[in-house]
Amino acid sequence: MATIHVDGKQYEVDGADNLLQACLSLGLDVPYFCWHPALGSVGACRQCAVKQYSDENDTRGRLVMSCMTPATDNSWISIDDEEAKAFRASVIEWLMINHPHDCPVCEEGGHCHLQDMTVMTGHNQRRYRFSKRTHVNQELGPFIAHEMNRCIACYRCVRYYKDYAGGTDLGVFGANDQVYFGRVEDGTLESEFSGNLTEVCPTGVFTDKTHSERYNRKWDMQFAPSICHGCASGCNTSPGERYGEIRRIENRFNGSVNHYFLCDRGRFGYGYVNREDRPRQPIVQRSKLTMGIDAALDQAAGLLNRRRIIGIGSPRASLESNFALRELVGAEDFFSGIAREELDNIQLVRQILQDGPLPVASIRDMEAHDAVFVLGEDLTQTAARIALALRQAARGKATELAKAAGIQDWHQAAVQNIAQGAQNPVFIASLDSTRLDDIAAESVHAAPDDLARLGCAVAHAIDPSAPAVAGLESEAAELAERIAQALLAAKRPLLVSGASLGSRAIIEAAANIAQALKNRQKNASISLVVPEANSMGMAMLLAGESADKSVEAALAALSAGQYDALVVLENDLYRRADKASVDAALAAVGVIIAADHQQTPTTDRAHLLLPASSFAEGDGTLVSQEGRAQRFFQVFDPSYYKPEVLIREGWRWMHALRSTLLGQPVDWTTLDQVTAACAQVHPRLAPITEAAPDAGFRIRGLKLARSPHRYSGRTAMRANLSVHEPRQPQDPDSAFAFSMEGYAGSREQRQQVPFAWSPGWNSPQAWNKFQDEVGGHLRSGDPGVRLFDGARMDLHWTAPPAAFAPAQGTWQVVALHHLFGSEENSSRAAPIQERMPQPYIALAEAEAARLGVNEGALLGFTLGTEVLQLPLRISADLPLGVAGLPAGLPSIPPLTSNAVVTELREAAQ
Amino acid sequence: MKTLASFGPANRIARTEETHPLTWRLRSDGQPVWLEEYQQKNGYAAARKALLEMGQADIVSTVKDSGLKGRGGAGFPTGVKWSLMPADESLNIRYLLCNADEMEPNTWKDRMLMEQLPHLLIEGMLISARALKAYRGYIFLRGEYVDAARHLRHAVEEAKAAGLLGKNILGSGFDFELFVHTGAGRYICGEETALINSLEGRRANPRAKPPFPAAVGVWGKPTCVNNVETLCNVPAIVAHGVPWYTGLARPDSGDHGTKLMGFSGKVKNPGIWELPFGITARELFEEYAGGMRDGFTLKCWQPGGAGTGFLLPEHLEAQMYSGGIGKVGTRMGTGLALAVDHTVNMVSLLRNMEEFFARESCGWCTPCRDGLPWSVKTLRALERGQGRPEDLEVLLRLVDFLGPGKTFCAHAPGAVEPLGSAIKYFRDEFEAGISQAAAADRPTAEFVQA
Repeated sequence: MATIHVDGKQYEVDGADNLLQACLSLGLDVPYFCWHPALGSVGACRQCAVKQYSDENDTRGRLVMSCMTPATDNSWISIDDEEAKAFRASVIEWLMINHPHDCPVCEEGGHCHLQDMTVMTGHNQRRYRFSKRTHVNQELGPFIAHEMNRCIACYRCVRYYKDYAGGTDLGVFGANDQVYFGRVEDGTLESEFSGNLTEVCPTGVFTDKTHSERYNRKWDMQFAPSICHGCASGCNTSPGERYGEIRRIENRFNGSVNHYFLCDRGRFGYGYVNREDRPRQPIVQRSKLTMGIDAALDQAAGLLNRRRIIGIGSPRASLESNFALRELVGAEDFFSGIAREELDNIQLVRQILQDGPLPVASIRDMEAHDAVFVLGEDLTQTAARIALALRQAARGKATELAKAAGIQDWHQAAVQNIAQGAQNPVFIASLDSTRLDDIAAESVHAAPDDLARLGCAVAHAIDPSAPAVAGLESEAAELAERIAQALLAAKRPLLVSGASLGSRAIIEAAANIAQALKNRQKNASISLVVPEANSMGMAMLLAGESADKSVEAALAALSAGQYDALVVLENDLYRRADKASVDAALAAVGVIIAADHQQTPTTDRAHLLLPASSFAEGDGTLVSQEGRAQRFFQVFDPSYYKPEVLIREGWRWMHALRSTLLGQPVDWTTLDQVTAACAQVHPRLAPITEAAPDAGFRIRGLKLARSPHRYSGRTAMRANLSVHEPRQPQDPDSAFAFSMEGYAGSREQRQQVPFAWSPGWNSPQAWNKFQDEVGGHLRSGDPGVRLFDGARMDLHWTAPPAAFAPAQGTWQVVALHHLFGSEENSSRAAPIQERMPQPYIALAEAEAARLGVNEGALLGFTLGTEVLQLPLRISADLPLGVAGLPAGLPSIPPLTSNAVVTELREAAQ
Repeated sequence: MKTLASFGPANRIARTEETHPLTWRLRSDGQPVWLEEYQQKNGYAAARKALLEMGQADIVSTVKDSGLKGRGGAGFPTGVKWSLMPADESLNIRYLLCNADEMEPNTWKDRMLMEQLPHLLIEGMLISARALKAYRGYIFLRGEYVDAARHLRHAVEEAKAAGLLGKNILGSGFDFELFVHTGAGRYICGEETALINSLEGRRANPRAKPPFPAAVGVWGKPTCVNNVETLCNVPAIVAHGVPWYTGLARPDSGDHGTKLMGFSGKVKNPGIWELPFGITARELFEEYAGGMRDGFTLKCWQPGGAGTGFLLPEHLEAQMYSGGIGKVGTRMGTGLALAVDHTVNMVSLLRNMEEFFARESCGWCTPCRDGLPWSVKTLRALERGQGRPEDLEVLLRLVDFLGPGKTFCAHAPGAVEPLGSAIKYFRDEFEAGISQAAAADRPTAEFVQA
């Protein structure tokens, strides 16, 4: 701690901070541009100048840049000093020399850090009267719009994109006032994290192109604290809605998870919410007859009455919705909707994380580890936010080296200069090359069983009591030894693996490593990736079950005629099992009721389709791969704009159905009741009620506003229906109001923040005002509750699998994941579709050569019962004997780890 | 080999080893002094002494005691800079960089040394590297100095062949490699940390200090950056000792030794000369440069490069050393003065200079990047008689807020120093650029307030 004096007042601050951090953390306003909590200081913009005095008797002082000046004990500074104020206003005046007067048509307007800082400094009159320099803008792909004339050259974009996110295709060109930030030439930005540029840029150079066509100001949107449903990472988001459409996803700061950054799937993949073809009324599929809610419930009850009902839930639906379905059909007849192999793997992951030897790293905490082993995951594609966190873990070496040289962690340029690219060791063992290999000390590519063997060898090298791997080639054994030594040499080693390849052996190998690290008493952590947003929640819901809850078991039971009716919730079974068995099962059952927010091949087969909410129209709880239960809240009520829209949460439908069926009154009228009931299923789920404040939460008696105070047009927006403005929708499920009325500030304690705003701070930089210290954690605690922090137990060793040896003429099918395309819902969004690859079959270079086929050649093959034709993609790194298929893409059947490709040959032209 | 232009009369004045340590070896024909001739003129004797007879610490203390100051313009004591290099022996990768990116307008002193006495620089670097325990050196040379590059490269090859560079130099056990690196042509590369970034292949943006290059320099290693002329002083200091060196300057000079000084502009005899610190500017102007050409009178002058302030004829009494010029309100700079004659309009002159400085801004920090072009446009308006009454306020505000300590590096302070002094001494010329119509018509403020 250090004592500093600011304008005559004495404060206690963290002496390791710079003065800007110290002042902002104290809640004092100092304007800044080039500094960013996640990017550190470089002293470029000169906006944060304050007056520093040598001691209390010094009256002259000198201007210093607060971001570049340590907050040393007994510092005397003034923010209000006249010269400092005049200088800061001059900096804005200089920045405004070339900045266009286009705020009214600029999409940054209203959440623009430059606007905020301009107001803060008081600069309001332009003296510059000459022409402005102009630039040519670039086409940067479907996500990001580029308007270089607005650039104030803070250098944040390149520092984020290159230094932080590891991108290589955005740079700074030229010199003097002609500096240009862009690509060498037009083209789609390559980084999977490009969307963060829209928030990192303090003005409107990089804006969200997906928002552009249906644009509105931040202040005109309705927001809710939400959780990204794009993967299991559990990133916190702020979706913004206007006129019944999600218009934009912004990052929502969670200091333990995603802090300032999202991946591009999470940010730009929301378009499925707005699709025209979504079910919005209950509909009898055959007759296309739509109906009201009561009629639908009566119809459903009629269909279900006195039938044996099976319920199939979903890992992309909330705990509450799955739980309500389980209540409807009974625990015995409730199934997960997850393929058997995947479910078994998720359950194994759950057991390892829940009770196993190592604590589970939060994504933020991953950044603080100093050696990483990634086993079997292509993280950039399967849990992208983790990949970005691992980049920071690698960069941690620079901070450590700088610290040894007496250089503060925030002094970014110096930190990088001293490190000269030195990184903490990250080892990546994956199927094919990954977009994280550039930070790998070593990366190796092998078939799943061979990856598992490498993992087991690492465990054995760490702790010889772990089973040895027989017959391992010396090269692999030596690599295992190097990985083991690096993990043992680290202060905090991290192991990352997961279920994405469908390989149980890989997860077991990860468990061996975890146990070995524990045995060597390392302060190690683990993270295991699971496939979907609520895979872990589903695993917990089924934790006590001994029966087979897989989709195969459900389909078999249906085909065997054990049930007369199926209720399937937010799940497209055709993505879970092969078409023939789904067809057979659906044909065997008399009644199919589906509840979903999308039209799928499964909902097409339903007799009655109930329109369920997406994350945007409903609330619920998800459990992330970290075991963090987090609540997402309804963003808007679609029926306010279109009364004919009858979308309801999955749990509301399921519960109403149950009540109608049993002729009982509805017990659950609010989310909190469902969550509380769900929490009773399993002691491990008990804390989920604490994942967020309940609907009774109030600040000074007020609900929390979903919209900024300036929200406009409310009286008019419904005038096409009626000139009488109705009462705003009421929200019994949460503490949020569908309104700008309510608490919207940052001063009072609250975890759940729909949108970042504080007086004078309209941009995402307003998060400063909610944090315990800038860039740290939310003052009221980061959202969510961790479920896996109980007692830790030892695991049994698992023996390594045999070496991979495919039978002659067969290729083991391996899943290649794509950030854009492998996830069901986001791949319905148009901008994501532009970035999706075409379906393909990938083979190693040598295999292609042996087959005598070139890149792009159309190959025919048999996969299980299906005969497919796909163009060839040749991979330099894919191992021999495997055929890679892009998971989840159109025409690609659900993949299992034991599937093989046979009869592979070039298709007749 | 092409015939070299002489650098004015430097080669032709009387020079002795005792009084002109930098230039006594120059040939009258302006041709480079190659190794054989250099050695005949006692070349590398100092290196021999330094490597074989002196301890590393002795060299540092000798240079420190000599009072040698940096000759690149800032005048930081060389021995002090050297002693900032870490004592920690485990930091055994150290670099010596020669700042030969001479791009200051009106300054061409390093060029003469490198073109004509390349071995003097190599010897200076060899001794300095020994003092700094640097195993590798780079001469970061202005790219346009093609003759210097050619001569230095040839001299390096000669020195290597003679065992004066490379392994176990002169049997001392000391190894030193030297490379000539030509820059791509940015003024800012003369700023030592921008030079380091450029040498590393990065954008030539300056670095924040601390950490200083001595702690974190090129490729993250301890690095010392010295100017060409500074390094060329080292052999004689080592050879002849501190008392001799401190006796060179005029008795009342605060700085020691000699300095390449010059005058350009419409003087009778433009050129550079090696002169003792402490001579008066008048002596330099009248006795060496010969005063103004017939028909021209001296309006004002800059003592040492475009980045130093303007002085009036009356200031010619000032002594040419840092304190002497400091007394009249600016800096000695590179010591190569510019005479401005009575025909020159100060607004045009400053417009020209600020165009240079604005163009050469690296674009890193706001005041420099965006403030300097504003000054250019304002000066252009004044030059055309289209100025507005508030333009002088704008310029003076820029002079103030682009001054020392407020910008990221010293580029902008150097850029506004001549502007500030020009307005101070010739305000009427700037005011003359204000359009009469604009002066009469000042509705803006009232309109805005209304």
